[in-house]
Amino acid sequence: MSVIKKFVNTWGLTELARGLGVTGRYFFKKKFTIQYPEEKTPKSPRFRGLHALRRYPNGEERCIGCKLCEAVCPALAITIDSEEREDGTRRTTRYDIDLFKCIYCGFCEEACPVDSIVLTDIDEYHFESGETGVVTKIDLLNLGDRYEAQIASARQQDSAYR
Amino acid sequence: MGWIMTTWDSLPLILQLGIKIGFIVGPLIVAVAYYTLAERKVIAYMHVRVGPNRVGPRGLLQPIADVLKLMFKEMIIPSKSDKYLFLIAPVLAVTPAFAAWAVIPFSGTLVLADIDAGLLYVLALTSMSVYGVIIAGWASNSKYAFLGALRSAAQIVAYEIAMGFALVGVLMVAGSLNLNTIIQAQSGGLHQWFFLPLFPLFLVYLISGVAETNRAPFDVAEGESEIVAGFHVDYSGMGFAAFFLAEYANMLMISALTVILFLGGWNSPFDFPPFSWLPGVFWFLAKLSVVAFLFLWFRATFPRYRYDQIMRLGWKVFIPVTLIWIAVIGAFKFFTPFGFIFS
Repeated sequence: MSVIKKFVNTWGLTELARGLGVTGRYFFKKKFTIQYPEEKTPKSPRFRGLHALRRYPNGEERCIGCKLCEAVCPALAITIDSEEREDGTRRTTRYDIDLFKCIYCGFCEEACPVDSIVLTDIDEYHFESGETGVVTKIDLLNLGDRYEAQIASARQQDSAYR
Repeated sequence: MGWIMTTWDSLPLILQLGIKIGFIVGPLIVAVAYYTLAERKVIAYMHVRVGPNRVGPRGLLQPIADVLKLMFKEMIIPSKSDKYLFLIAPVLAVTPAFAAWAVIPFSGTLVLADIDAGLLYVLALTSMSVYGVIIAGWASNSKYAFLGALRSAAQIVAYEIAMGFALVGVLMVAGSLNLNTIIQAQSGGLHQWFFLPLFPLFLVYLISGVAETNRAPFDVAEGESEIVAGFHVDYSGMGFAAFFLAEYANMLMISALTVILFLGGWNSPFDFPPFSWLPGVFWFLAKLSVVAFLFLWFRATFPRYRYDQIMRLGWKVFIPVTLIWIAVIGAFKFFTPFGFIFS
């Protein structure tokens, strides 16, 4: 009996037909491809993208130059110089992040005592030169100003779990 | 209308033939271009992707972009290659792929050369295409290309025999080498088509056809994952485009032959209205599309055969099967009263 069965299966190409059936079914399945530039996948509020430096609502920059982020950075991507301002507070004179070194771990954000350095959800950016991937303090502050709404709302949504 | 006929008759014969050839080769090249798009789309859909959809509406201009890209690319000739053979190989691959279409009857009257030995002509020309592959592999002077050419040569020799025997079965049943006569022998509806009495030969022919055109799952001559691109690794630009064109023209050719020999050619599947109202060209092209779709379906479904398995299938399965079935046809026709099954 099994001999006949094997004969029919071999010459009837049943296994090949089963394989064709699988691909044939998938042919009509709904495609879930995201058409990237037009459509995008949803992002978590915890998404770790490009960095930014935030300000207080009165416009004063938050960063006090404590260098905790520089110390915690596992990739040594952050370089900070700071000095005393005329009003006696300490502020950074230089705050460079080398994005070619950065691994986007988010430790700098966790280490920051004043919530100054944050990671935004921006993941589409480029450098015009391959020589250096450094973003400076001015760039970071501008990014913070421009994306403050997104940064604040992401922090708000995640606050319950922090 | 009269003046068209008089001008046509006043043209020299060579020009008349040139125009006729143009009317076959032009649409064929367009069909090949869109067959490549169809392949990418069909395989993508079976992979639950959407395939090319950026160039033009729904990606419909993709083949044109591909053709333009290939035309403007530099054709690199390796310094250690045999330049003459290197350049002639793509031509040798393309020419038979196109020339074989001369005898294909698109309908009862629409055929460029209605010759009596049409089937032999087709068989001869489809066998020629392997020379392009072998010469390309040899002339490139590269190990991968050489391995690809060797594999292709052995494979095509093996499957050519099975294919030829499958054709012998058709000849015995139809009693003619003329493709139009073979189609007429299948008129009268679906049940008259040769794929029913010759079912084993139909399967052998279809599978050998896939192997003949070096398509998946028999694409060891290209064997991307093992020997990069096989016989055409060293070709770029128009040389590569010519091999591409030849491969897809051959696939359409095998589809057309399968339709003619086993699926009733331009006969409609049911011999009553509304099916019999549609013209023969429609039925021919519709059946051709279905068989051509099978090629893509196979590629999306089956993993590549191991080389010794290909050889085993060709020599130890297909050739005995075809031989036995030919003997069965002969015995039935001449020694039993059931010969009508095979006529």
